[in-house]
Amino acid sequence: MAITVDRDKCIGCEACVAVCPVGAIAMVEGKAEINQDTCISCGACISECPVEAISRGEVTKVEFEGAEDYKDIWVYIELDNAEPMHVAYELLGQAGELAAKSGQRCCAVLICKEAGDLPQKLFAAGADVVYLVEGEKYEDYNNELYTNAFCELANEYKPSAVLVGATADGRDFGPRIAARLKTGLCADCTALDIREDKIVEWTRPALGGNILATILCDVNRPQMGTVRPKVFKVKEFDASRTGELIKYAVKNEITARTQLVRKDVVASTGMCKIEDAEIICSGGRGMGCFDKFKHLEELAGLLGAAVAGSRAVVDEGWISHPQQVGQSGKTITPKVYFAFGISGSIQHIAGMHDSDVIIAINKDPNAPIFKVANYGIVGDVNLVLPKLIEKVKAFKES
Amino acid sequence: MNIVVCVKQVPDTAEVKIDPVTNTLVRTGVPNIMNPFDRQALEAALILKDANGATVTVISMGPPQADEILKEAIAMGADDAALISDRALAGSDTLATSFALAAAVKKVGAVDLVLCGKQAIDGDTAQVGPEMAEHLDIPQVTGALKIVADGAKLLVDRDNESSSQTIAVEMPALVTVTRAEKEPRFASIKGKMKAKKFVVPVWSAADLALDEKMIGLNGSPTKVAKIFTPPVHTIENEIINEEDPQKAVDLLFEKLVQAKIIVR
Repeated sequence: MAITVDRDKCIGCEACVAVCPVGAIAMVEGKAEINQDTCISCGACISECPVEAISRGEVTKVEFEGAEDYKDIWVYIELDNAEPMHVAYELLGQAGELAAKSGQRCCAVLICKEAGDLPQKLFAAGADVVYLVEGEKYEDYNNELYTNAFCELANEYKPSAVLVGATADGRDFGPRIAARLKTGLCADCTALDIREDKIVEWTRPALGGNILATILCDVNRPQMGTVRPKVFKVKEFDASRTGELIKYAVKNEITARTQLVRKDVVASTGMCKIEDAEIICSGGRGMGCFDKFKHLEELAGLLGAAVAGSRAVVDEGWISHPQQVGQSGKTITPKVYFAFGISGSIQHIAGMHDSDVIIAINKDPNAPIFKVANYGIVGDVNLVLPKLIEKVKAFKES
Repeated sequence: MNIVVCVKQVPDTAEVKIDPVTNTLVRTGVPNIMNPFDRQALEAALILKDANGATVTVISMGPPQADEILKEAIAMGADDAALISDRALAGSDTLATSFALAAAVKKVGAVDLVLCGKQAIDGDTAQVGPEMAEHLDIPQVTGALKIVADGAKLLVDRDNESSSQTIAVEMPALVTVTRAEKEPRFASIKGKMKAKKFVVPVWSAADLALDEKMIGLNGSPTKVAKIFTPPVHTIENEIINEEDPQKAVDLLFEKLVQAKIIVR
């Protein structure tokens, strides 16, 4: 299945060398040669070659029967405390756009204990159809019960595409459904588009956020993806909108082998929910130690901000994982992002570069964080931070 | 208890840099490591082994050189290892990968618990674990922070965005691990000696009786249409280079107030 170069056809233009994201192609005696150990089979070089000298080994794709019967774009509505999570509304807005562009409907899938007025809220947020599975046993998310319900629904109503929020539970749920429906799932997407033939173009960061990849699932149905929260904006609610409500009763009931035995709701103090905060005071390893890191809380308190950090400080145990910003943490888009002692690895920047204003304090003038910062100080955070706290304190009191 | 831990060899993405001239990844000299979350999963398995007694088998799918991380796992305290390696598996997406790994778990046989890292740092999909659980028809818990054996069940602590939870799961089960209860251990001298002598068995697609339609590119519903480097937008910025921190803060503060970033 390797990607190979036909040496007779290769004209030595080096176009493929430049486009290879992993530097696996080198020129040997004037012809391109692919290092099979580093090649990730992405195929970027195939389309770049002007003389079609590069090809992939024979692929005998298993055909998928009845793909034309699959219609509409579904959004799984994840609930938190019986209310749709913000990301569910974000996805409804985006699904609505994709649906309009491809002549399909935007549908919400709601699995819950009691729907109440939620279907109307989902119509207002852009759903044309709400599929509802209701029951006592759906009070809390349960991977097995929810997968069973969702897959029955999908087999019956055949969606062309399914969007799931890339939350902790969404990333637990999405792959289980995809494997059961034997289809492809693109993880953690940050951009979505759709072609006229209803094929969704899923774009996501790869290799630790160093590159972006656009993925297709062009044969199997449904096409599936999990989508990062905070990537798409919520559409304005239209209370006058209505739609079709389809109540579905699960036919094949199952007994779950997993059970939620403890649920402690995390209090929404300044210490958590960094994705909802307008101002973030974030710290990195440059803060030096846990005691010094704690000073960020004082500044955050003064500014009404939330405290966050880089992966390094989560590894150190100075803050917990829900407060981590970056590729393996959260993507956030606050109005103001303070980066104290964060050098700005590609992975970190991937999670915060869409902040409206970025302010960086770092002793290394060449730290990559300064490339994305609007304001900055080159200096020792532990000298700068106390002075900044004093200054803000005096200002707020004056 | 019979535990299988799935590990992956990955490039240390923290070491990957972008060549500023060609705008491509510089991977030369980037070390290959055991995926950090898989190391946590292995430690979680070894903690269970220490507490309750268990046989820990590590499996990996990858090129022949991936046997390095399996030997490392043996050195840390794993009992057995196997590498799934076959050119026919190249280009597998998560569905095809999970299918091959699930077949390997079946080959190990009578497994009570499959542990995986929460996600691999090169792909960051977090999909292979849950997809394996589906192929094996066993329940799953993702993102474990603590695993305690309780008879035929496990009690697994995890977090989602709004709560901290404990999930009771019947074995056999698959659990993906965010963090073990303590730092992954170092290899012992005895372990290192065992690893040195250990010959990692290599399982081919045929050894696992894998249907060729289900593996490699054939068994992968997703395909990469294009790969590109994120656009780097340089912005106009004001970076203060002032030795006296007080002066630096005064300057910055003035700008922040002017721009209404800090308000009363």
